[in-house]
Amino acid sequence: MSQEFIKVNHITKTYDGEKNILDDLSLTVHKGEVLVVIGPSGCGKSTFLRTLNGLEPIQSGEIRYRGELVDSKSKNITSLRQKIGMVFQSYELFPHKTILQNVMLSPTLVQKRDKKEVEKEAIELLRRVGLEDKKDSYPRQLSGGQKQRVAIVRALAMHPEVLLFDEVTAALDPEMVREVLDVILDLAEQGSTMVIVTHEMDFAKAVANRIIFMDGGHIVESGKPLEFFEAPKTERAKRFLNTFTYETVRKIS
Amino acid sequence: MQVLGIDVLFKGINMQRFLEGLWVSMRISLISVLISIFLGLLVGALMTRRNPVIKIFTRIYLEIVRIMPQMVLLFLVFFGSTRVLGINIDAEISAIIVFSFWGTAEMADLVRSALISIPKHQYESAAALGLTERDTYVHIVIPQTIRRLIPTSINLITRMIKTTSLVMLIGVVEVLKVGQQIIEANRDTSPNAAFGVYLTVFILYFMACWPISMFAKYLERKWN
Repeated sequence: MSQEFIKVNHITKTYDGEKNILDDLSLTVHKGEVLVVIGPSGCGKSTFLRTLNGLEPIQSGEIRYRGELVDSKSKNITSLRQKIGMVFQSYELFPHKTILQNVMLSPTLVQKRDKKEVEKEAIELLRRVGLEDKKDSYPRQLSGGQKQRVAIVRALAMHPEVLLFDEVTAALDPEMVREVLDVILDLAEQGSTMVIVTHEMDFAKAVANRIIFMDGGHIVESGKPLEFFEAPKTERAKRFLNTFTYETVRKIS
Repeated sequence: MQVLGIDVLFKGINMQRFLEGLWVSMRISLISVLISIFLGLLVGALMTRRNPVIKIFTRIYLEIVRIMPQMVLLFLVFFGSTRVLGINIDAEISAIIVFSFWGTAEMADLVRSALISIPKHQYESAAALGLTERDTYVHIVIPQTIRRLIPTSINLITRMIKTTSLVMLIGVVEVLKVGQQIIEANRDTSPNAAFGVYLTVFILYFMACWPISMFAKYLERKWN
């Protein structure tokens, strides 16, 4: 197998002595791998994703990114976060900046790259998601799906090595889900390394190399998408997958 | 002209006295406004901290300012300080102290509510983009806070300008007091002076506050 990117070693997280949000969790993400994390709400999958770039502190265990310790309080966390792009459910664009300024902010301010070059690249990225003509608009002038595509572009503009997607379609109207997921599928085809938390099972099946099924802060089951969806090994996963299928209503005539 | 009592405005140096009075009002309010904005930003930022001691102190401060009429505060500082502390504070300085004390509290509360209205996700997306805490404040939080502050703080500033009319009660000769003096001095020759004089005071206050309101409108339109 190829190079290890993210190595999670027995991490634990609790909120104020409550039950463990994350309970002794370990996994490895390799370069070029697309990992999809699914599970019922409150199972800790979003929290887990947020620990990967140090947005959530952990109580024990460790996370290493290409050998470097991910510590939410350390000084090097800002440079690590440039390598680990993240897109959120609520597509928080900065409302006081134009689309282009949103995309260019981090590359010019944090990475101190050449403005002209960044602008050229930003426009090219916006073209790829079909939003080149919106570059001078403000976020409030865009639809939810468009905003989310900009948020993805904004993360891509930093040239991250890994992308984290936290339920990026959960807040969208159904007809806008597709346009966002298509962008992610496109990224997967280009060999991007990604960790995706989602509720879209068909999308998970299509994009994933590996499915992680979480419940109660544990990894309950992990496997190839086909095996997992067709023949889940654990009872818990079976029950979870059953909630997505419906029996056809047969009317008594 | 005689009937409306406008003629007194053009007698002697009355117009000049009016403008001088207006300048006194503006001087007191502008100095107080500047102090209030500066201290208000600091205190407002402090109020978002979770420290219980800071919370209690700022809470009490805010309540005092809200409950006490400004006039009582003025009397307390101007007359009270002479009696109890044995120091003689100039009337204009007393006015600036009271107005800054009041303005700082209100400004701080505006700053606090503007700061906490910035969603947590704004901080998080900035962090996820690798911005340092300082960059997050400079480029993300403060610009948005200022935009949210403009309408409410302009309202406070015009209120402060208007309330300076109270300072004539501690002997400061500002625009309203000048008006009264002119009415008194011309009681026999122009018994109707009150109308013209107070109309002038109204227009002068309007000229002072209106441009500020217009500027705020302009900023709001530009940023929206």
